[in-house]
Amino acid sequence: MTNSLTGIRLTRRAALATGAATAATLAAPMVARAQPAAIKLGLIHPVTGALAFSGAQCRLGGQMAIADVNAAGGIKSMGGAKIEALLGDAQGKVEIATSLVDQMAEAGAAGFTGAFASNLGLAATTAAAKYNLPFSIDSGIVDSITTRGLKNVFRFFPNLSMTIGGAMPALDGINKAAGSPAKTAVLVHENGVFGTSTAKAVADGLAKIGIKVLGTFPHATPTRDFTNIVLQIKALKPDLVMMTNYENEYVLAARTIVQQRVPLMAMYSVLGGGFNLKFAKEAPDVAENMMDFNHWYNVKDPRSAAFRKRVEGAGHVLTWEVPFGYFAVKLLADAWQNAGTADKDKTVAALAASTFSDHFMPYGPTKFIDGQNQGAQAVALQIQKGDIAVVWPTEFASAKAVFPRPKA
Amino acid sequence: MSGEIIAAALVNGLLTGGVYALVALGLTLIYGVLHIVNFAHGSLLMLAMFAAYLMATWAGIDPYLGLPLVAALMFAVGWGLYRFVIGPVSRGEDRALLLATLGLAVVLDNLALVLFTGDTRQLETPLTFAMWQVGPLLLSVPKLISFAVALVLACVLWAFMALTDTGRAIRAVAREPEGARLMGIRPQRMFALAYGIGVACLGAAACLLLPSFYVAPSVGNVFMLVAFTIVVLGGMGSFPGAMLGGLLIGVTESLGGLFLGESLGPICISVVFIAVLLLRPTGLFGAAR
Repeated sequence: MTNSLTGIRLTRRAALATGAATAATLAAPMVARAQPAAIKLGLIHPVTGALAFSGAQCRLGGQMAIADVNAAGGIKSMGGAKIEALLGDAQGKVEIATSLVDQMAEAGAAGFTGAFASNLGLAATTAAAKYNLPFSIDSGIVDSITTRGLKNVFRFFPNLSMTIGGAMPALDGINKAAGSPAKTAVLVHENGVFGTSTAKAVADGLAKIGIKVLGTFPHATPTRDFTNIVLQIKALKPDLVMMTNYENEYVLAARTIVQQRVPLMAMYSVLGGGFNLKFAKEAPDVAENMMDFNHWYNVKDPRSAAFRKRVEGAGHVLTWEVPFGYFAVKLLADAWQNAGTADKDKTVAALAASTFSDHFMPYGPTKFIDGQNQGAQAVALQIQKGDIAVVWPTEFASAKAVFPRPKA
Repeated sequence: MSGEIIAAALVNGLLTGGVYALVALGLTLIYGVLHIVNFAHGSLLMLAMFAAYLMATWAGIDPYLGLPLVAALMFAVGWGLYRFVIGPVSRGEDRALLLATLGLAVVLDNLALVLFTGDTRQLETPLTFAMWQVGPLLLSVPKLISFAVALVLACVLWAFMALTDTGRAIRAVAREPEGARLMGIRPQRMFALAYGIGVACLGAAACLLLPSFYVAPSVGNVFMLVAFTIVVLGGMGSFPGAMLGGLLIGVTESLGGLFLGESLGPICISVVFIAVLLLRPTGLFGAAR
């Protein structure tokens, strides 16, 4: 179900549906009018502009969750109330994300989900805090989204500190399991806030696990050619190359490393922008055995295989953004179910006390402290035979890490 | 830093500059004839890259073999766009022409987002990872091919413009439309032809780029600024200028990145650009007005 709002999205189908629903309601007997009012949920993502792909993936997950909740009879404790999506395109701009929150709040939104990028999430959650409307973050990794004391903001997924905090022990575990062959690394990162802060944290983490950083190579976004960087890396002869950049540069840099035949034990990225199933299929010669510490689902949970089949069956690529979008909505639906109402204060209280466990992420039941789910974690992934395998931690691993990778 | 790395960066810069030059050739041709900056250039490059990508993935045609086909297709696209969109919208006004190309860029970018999503795609061809060992240097075969084809195409384009009747007619229209009309040349037809050829250059550039680059709706922006810089640096409307400007920018970018790092390196392009324009305001090969 999709509502149409001025400045948000108006489709002919939505308008017809709304018109038809209104007509049906007016014509129906009293029993039909007793149907509980739909709960309006604002979905705010960048679906145009540079972040369009990821934003659309999050939205896809959110819409799948709404469809599932509604198909299962809606929010049962509220008499089967359906969830109605208000779709907003933040276009990658914080002022638009803020404005969308205001528009949707005026349109009666009972909660929000979004907003893929951290800067959009920061702006949108601040705007939602004015109304104390619950906001379930579906992506947006910086810690400060939930550390500013906003009571209405909840993140089911791990923040940046948790992710980086897990990345180094995972690398250490994989390295030790192979007899600790890796002793040196080179960092390649985009020179914006995301890449710079992540690379700094990675460098600190590497020192703690006894891996020496031989060099750090920041680069602009976009960068058209990585040959110079790769030649310098080759001269340094590191065991590992660790990249933190966005998708296009990730793909180009990885490709150039293979082209220039740099002998490495592994490419291990933290939140690698281009590490996904499509990369594995389109560039098998580059992607095979690449590792990434990133978000992923619990591959051992049978529900995850069905979810993947469903996403791929609909012609989409399954990236981590889809389950993030999906469970951000399911978390809110669970809170409405527990609260028995869409009242904002009671929903926020239900979220704070949430023990949501009907999911297939490697997290366990939710436990929120200051809006951050404490059990959330990312996992170490590796592309093996054209697919993504979880290789760390062992309890969620679907395969053993291929490390060091075989020499070409 | 070893001499080997510096030599590799120099050669790599030259090779990369060849492709930049090819992208800039179309832009300089369109400017030289129509006297407008084609803001849709980056978006049309993106369109050509998707055409080459789809041709490879759907029909299994290697981008190098598909080059004539994509160039012909892009010629038709360019010719059609000028004939039915840009020309009629502009009504002969330069300002309107400029806005028409800007509008076209917005439409194409968003259309690509709808059709292909914002996702990055890449293509592995049999030559994607082919390298040619020259002494201690490993040279990328796709880049060598791009460089060679770009040089040949630049020569062909120059010969076409200089030696054929159609080329002379295009130049005549560019210089004196009224005079050309009195000689029986139809300016609008020549404008459409020039726009088509400029866009066909992008078709060729797309096929040369695809084996070693990615394709996404935003890919045109990656080359747009550098192409404008090359055109102005080489002299607006000059083919030799675009070629030399492309190579100069490629080498500057490569060596700048090597010595100053990839964050500071791009500044070198601006420094060279400003220095050349201070010494030669019309660009390297620009005619004084």
